[in-house]
Amino acid sequence: MAPASSSGPPAILVRGVGKTFHIPEDQRYTLKERMLHPRRKTRMRDFSALCDVSFDVKQGEFFGIAGRNGSGKSTLLKCIAGIYRADGEIWRRGRMSTMIELGIGFNMDLPARDNVILNGIMMGLTPREARRRVDEVIEFAGLEEFKDLKVKNYSSGMIVRLAFSVAIQVDADLMLVDEILAVGDASFQQKCFDAFNRMRDEGKTILFVSHDMGMLKRFCHRAMLLERGQMLLIGDPSEIGDRYLEINFGRAPVPESDGSDDAHTGSGDARVAEVWVEDAAGDRLLAVPQGERMRLRARVLFNVRIEDPAASVYILNEEQKAVTVASTVGQIERTGTFEAGEEAVFNFSFENNVLAPGRYSPVVNLSQRGAGLDVIDRYQSGFTFVVTAPHSLGGVVDLPVEVAVERAGDRFRISA
Amino acid sequence: MSITTYTPAPVPVPEGIGKPIRGPQALTSDWRRFWHLTFNIAKTNWKMRFFGSWLGYVWQLIRPLLLFGVLYVFFTKIAHINSGADTGPGQADHFYGAQLLGAIVLFTYMQEGTMNAVRCVVDNEVLVRKIEFPRMVIPLSYVLLATFNLIGNLVVVFVFALISGVRPMGTWVELPVILLMEGVLITGLAMLLSTAFVYFRDIQPIWEVVMQILFYASGVMITIVTVTANLHGTLLHLYMADPLAVVLQQFKHAIIEHGSYGAVYYSGGVKWLVIPIGLTVGIFALGFFVFNRAAPNVADSL
Repeated sequence: MAPASSSGPPAILVRGVGKTFHIPEDQRYTLKERMLHPRRKTRMRDFSALCDVSFDVKQGEFFGIAGRNGSGKSTLLKCIAGIYRADGEIWRRGRMSTMIELGIGFNMDLPARDNVILNGIMMGLTPREARRRVDEVIEFAGLEEFKDLKVKNYSSGMIVRLAFSVAIQVDADLMLVDEILAVGDASFQQKCFDAFNRMRDEGKTILFVSHDMGMLKRFCHRAMLLERGQMLLIGDPSEIGDRYLEINFGRAPVPESDGSDDAHTGSGDARVAEVWVEDAAGDRLLAVPQGERMRLRARVLFNVRIEDPAASVYILNEEQKAVTVASTVGQIERTGTFEAGEEAVFNFSFENNVLAPGRYSPVVNLSQRGAGLDVIDRYQSGFTFVVTAPHSLGGVVDLPVEVAVERAGDRFRISA
Repeated sequence: MSITTYTPAPVPVPEGIGKPIRGPQALTSDWRRFWHLTFNIAKTNWKMRFFGSWLGYVWQLIRPLLLFGVLYVFFTKIAHINSGADTGPGQADHFYGAQLLGAIVLFTYMQEGTMNAVRCVVDNEVLVRKIEFPRMVIPLSYVLLATFNLIGNLVVVFVFALISGVRPMGTWVELPVILLMEGVLITGLAMLLSTAFVYFRDIQPIWEVVMQILFYASGVMITIVTVTANLHGTLLHLYMADPLAVVLQQFKHAIIEHGSYGAVYYSGGVKWLVIPIGLTVGIFALGFFVFNRAAPNVADSL
C-alpha cells in the first residue's frame, strides 16, 4: 500500500529529536521561600522521554506510531505539534490539525455552536470560516438536536464526537491524531473510519498514535515503534504490530510455579516438573503470535519405573474452559519405558495456532496407558501464555477462513 | 528477546520542507490568527459572564458604582476632605463626583486586568499543555476582556459627567492616549505577573496588596488639591512617578475639569514625565521579555 504521493519533500521531518523533562524534586512554589533561602538550589531529576528520534513522513502518508504506555508517543506528537520544545530538528509543512486530546478548549458553559466556532478558530480557521462550518460539524457529530445545549450537559461521548467533528472539518493538510478513535458508538466509529479513509484518499498526511494494532495495520502505510523514548523499528505496520505485541507481552514477569503440592494431583509416581511454550526456533515464549507454529513442552521426572506413560495437555482459556486438548493417546501408543530418576520431555506441536487472542494456562495430565482415569500426575502450574493477534472478533478460536461474495443470481432466488 | 535500537542514517534536511518547529512561542507570524484568537477568547469570556442575564452586566457596573457611592458620601458628607462643594469651575476639585467615578473606573480597569491575568496561564494549563497556539494570546485576551468592561463603564462615566454639568471639550481627544498608556502598563504587568505566578504561587496575594497600595497612592479618591496640599518637592515628584497617578490626573484634567492642571504641571515639567512613561514602557518591555523567554518552557513547568 503506497501513499497517495510518495515523491516530493516530506510533510514532516524529524532529526535527532530528544525531550528531557527536568522534574524538580523539592519544588518551591513561593517567592517567600526563594527569598528566605536564596542560595538553596532546587534539585532536579531528569527524565528522558524521547531520545534521538529521526524519521520522516511523506506527503500523503498515513504514518502510525506504536508503543507502550510511557514510551514517548504522545510526547513525540506534542513536539511535532509545537506544544513542547524539543532538542533536535523538526520541520513541518502545511496547515495542521491536532487531535491530541479531544474536547480541550471547550468551554462547558457555552452551547455547542459557540464551542465549535472557538475550537475552529483555535485550529486556524478564520471566524467567518468557522461560523460557516458550524452546521456541517454539528451534523457530522449527529448532535443537531442538542446544538443549543450547554456542553456541560453533554455526555462524554457527545463531547468527544463534537470535538472529533471539529478537528476533522478544518481542512488540514496534516493531522496529528493521538489515540482517540476508541470513542463514540459503533456507528460513529464507522463514520470516523470513513472520514479517515476519505482523507487518505485525498492525500492528507496523518500521524497516528494507537495501541490498536488492527487499526494501525488497517490504515497506515508505514509505522514506527517506540520503546522508552527510543525508536526500535520503523517500517511495515504488520511488522510493527507484531513487535509491539511481542514487547507488550514478552516482558511480563514469568509466573513461577510455587512448587507446592497443590499444583499436583495424582499418585505421584511421576511429576511434571515444568511446562513451557516455544516457537519454531526453540525460544521460550510468553506471547505467541496467532497463526504461527507453537510447541508446548512438558518435562516429566519419573519417581518409579513406568511403562508407556500417556500425557495430555488441556489448554484452558481465561474462563478455565478447555479450548483444545492434545494427547499422546491415539498418536503414540508406545511412549517407552522410563526408569525411576529418569526425565522425559513431552512435545505438543501446533502447526497453526488458531487460538483467539487472550491468556491461556496449560494443564498437563500424566496417566498410565490403558489405566483409564488412574492419574499419575495432573499438574496446573502458574505458567500462562498469551496469544497475540492484531484484533479479536470475539470467538474462542480463529479458524483460517477464506471469504468471498458472489452475486446471488437466479439460482438462489425464491419464487413466489 | 533482544531489542535492537533502530538507528537511522543521517540524512541532510532537504529543501522546501516548510517551517522548522521550535516549540511553543509567545507570538506568531500569523497575526490574523493571533488577533482572531485573542479577540474570540475575550469575547467568549465576556459573553459567559454576561450573556443570558442582563443582571450580570448590571452587576459589573454596580461594583464600581457602589464603591463610588460609599466614597462620595464619605468624603463629601462626612469627612469633607474633598467636598468640592465650595469650588467652582476652573478649580481642581470641581466636579469631584465625576472625577471620583472616572478614577474608580480606570482603577477597576487596572485591577481587573492584572488580577485576572495573574492566574491566567496556570488556569489555562490544559490549553497550554495540549494545544499549539501563540501563548501571548492568553494574557492579552484577559486584558482585552478588561478593556471591554472598561468601555462599558466609561459610558456610565460620561453620562454621569454630562449630568453633573461637565461639557464636551477638545481635550477629550486625549482619551485614547490616556487609555493607551494604562493599557500598555496593564499588558506589561499581565505578562510579567502571569509568568511569575507559574513559578511563585504567592504572587497573587502579594499583588492584591500592591493593588491596595496603588488604590491609595494613585489618587483614586482624592483630588490633586488634597495631594498638593500635603506633598511638595520630592514627595510630589515621587507621587507623580506612579504611572497610574499620571493616568488618573490626566483623565481628570482632560476629560472632567479642564480648569485643573494636567499631569505635566504636577510632575514638575515634561522632563519629570519621562519617569512614569519610562516605567510604563519599561514594565511592558520587561513583561514581554519575561513572557517571551518563558513561553517555550512554560508547558513543562506547569
